[in-house]
Amino acid sequence: MNSHRHSKQHRVRSSALPQTRSATTEAPWVRTVLISLATGFLALFLLMPLFTVFIEAFRSGISAYFSTFEDRFIRHSIRLTLLTAAVAVPLNLVFGVAAAWAVTKFDFRGKSLLVTIIDLPFAVTPVIGGMIFILIFGAHGYLGPWLEGVNFQVVFAFPGIVLATTFGTVPFIARELIPVMQAQGRDEEYAAMTMGASGWRTFFKVTLPNVKWGLFYGVILCNARAMGEFGGVEVVSGKISGKTNTMTLQIQQLYFDYATVPAFATASLLAILALLTLLLKNIVERLSGRES
Amino acid sequence: MNDTSDSNDISSAFGRGGKAPRANRRVLPGFGLSLGFAVSYLSLIVLIPLAGVFLRASEISWEEFWSIVTSRRVVASYKITFGISLAAAATNAVFGLIAAWVLVRYSFPGRRIFDAIVDLPFALPTAVAGIALTTIYAENGFLGQYLYPLGLETAYSRIGIYIALTFIGLPFVIRSLQPVLESLDKEVEEASATLGAGRWRTFFRVIFPAILPAWLTGFSLAYARAIGEYGSIIFISGNMPLRTEITPLIIVQRLENFQVAQAAAVAAVMLVASFAILLVINVLQRWSESLGQARG
Repeated sequence: MNSHRHSKQHRVRSSALPQTRSATTEAPWVRTVLISLATGFLALFLLMPLFTVFIEAFRSGISAYFSTFEDRFIRHSIRLTLLTAAVAVPLNLVFGVAAAWAVTKFDFRGKSLLVTIIDLPFAVTPVIGGMIFILIFGAHGYLGPWLEGVNFQVVFAFPGIVLATTFGTVPFIARELIPVMQAQGRDEEYAAMTMGASGWRTFFKVTLPNVKWGLFYGVILCNARAMGEFGGVEVVSGKISGKTNTMTLQIQQLYFDYATVPAFATASLLAILALLTLLLKNIVERLSGRES
Repeated sequence: MNDTSDSNDISSAFGRGGKAPRANRRVLPGFGLSLGFAVSYLSLIVLIPLAGVFLRASEISWEEFWSIVTSRRVVASYKITFGISLAAAATNAVFGLIAAWVLVRYSFPGRRIFDAIVDLPFALPTAVAGIALTTIYAENGFLGQYLYPLGLETAYSRIGIYIALTFIGLPFVIRSLQPVLESLDKEVEEASATLGAGRWRTFFRVIFPAILPAWLTGFSLAYARAIGEYGSIIFISGNMPLRTEITPLIIVQRLENFQVAQAAAVAAVMLVASFAILLVINVLQRWSESLGQARG
């Protein structure tokens, strides 16, 4: 009975699907179910929140949307966010390049430990990224009394916001660069050096052109993360509207004050930034794929 | 000063096919500068500040530390943070596997858009995600209006935390699996089919063992990310003590009340948990790499 059913099944399958289905793919109905599950999941969790930001931002019309950005406090928060990223991103750019050069061009003991430490800020809750600088620079912190003596404020001020943001975005440029430079190998640099190029010349004329797209995407991603930093700056900034509120903190305050349209309008700027970052990632991947 | 020895080392390095595992330290310049700068920077921005947490936590007695980190409200927050993160990471493990499979193996309209949008939780600020998800799942929200009558309180509840953590961890399983699925040798699957295995059997016996380390890596990354998440949760959870209060929020509240030692104690527990998960991820990644090398 068992063998009979088996052969019948076999006959039905081979007659119903002549040569269309190879042995390494699934039945059409399985594919349909899997595609529906996957796209449904991604639409529910990704597309819907994204659309919601823009729907809520334009809920009261286009003029209401744009009048949001005439608000003094919102404008200040945008300026503060841009300024913070303008300090944090270059710092992490220099670090990322130095770390990637050391990790990919040399062999040394403790390399994997170094890579793990670079990842650390990504695994640690951003709240701790703000707290650590209060422990050091706060009024009761290790350097607090000394800072008070020289009249320099770190906590609840711009330097603290920059530190928390820098901490949170340490990994991103290094993480994008290391695999690209690893794949590039060391032979071209060796060749440049034998032909008499200096170290810096080798870096700028040989290494940098090879990894420019990976580096570019790393900078853009780091920038998006810096502008979106929240938990760390919330702890360290003191959340003073018009003084230490970054965009994300201003969004939080507006949202909790039931100012829904201004909250989502400000959020829409960061959502656009996120979309541009994703778009750039795709362009970079296609370009670097074509080059290699 | 090092430059004088460089030319000798280059020739010897090329003599060994340009590999030169030991000599290359002096072949290319900038080892001391780049490593020195990277280590100093990490020490100043990451390591010394993090050490401050343990230092501050060590200023209180062991009994006091223990009573802080095992108090009722803090233990309830561990259960919420670590428990719901696990549920969210598990959800991402299941749907991420399906999504990665579909994105790599099938072609369908919109595939490229879906593939591109996977990284959204990585690029979108968590606060923006938080207010968007809360708006969708609140009682009068786009989905909340249908879910609340069914008895599903999707906002200001543990379900809300679960939804936000699923969003946050979404890219990791998919992005860990995609390259491995792409590199799989189709011939092995053909061989399996030729030997009479059905598609399910081929998947569980041939494909699944090959992608298992990458799958577990993605799961652990999603879990690690969920445990530390703060920005989106504070909007959607309602922040009710014992019910929807996450551990990072406890740290924030203690800091706002100037209970710095208490905040440091709880933060130290979270840091140890993060280190442990990072270690597991490292082991998994090495396993994944060794499987990839075995495949060629």
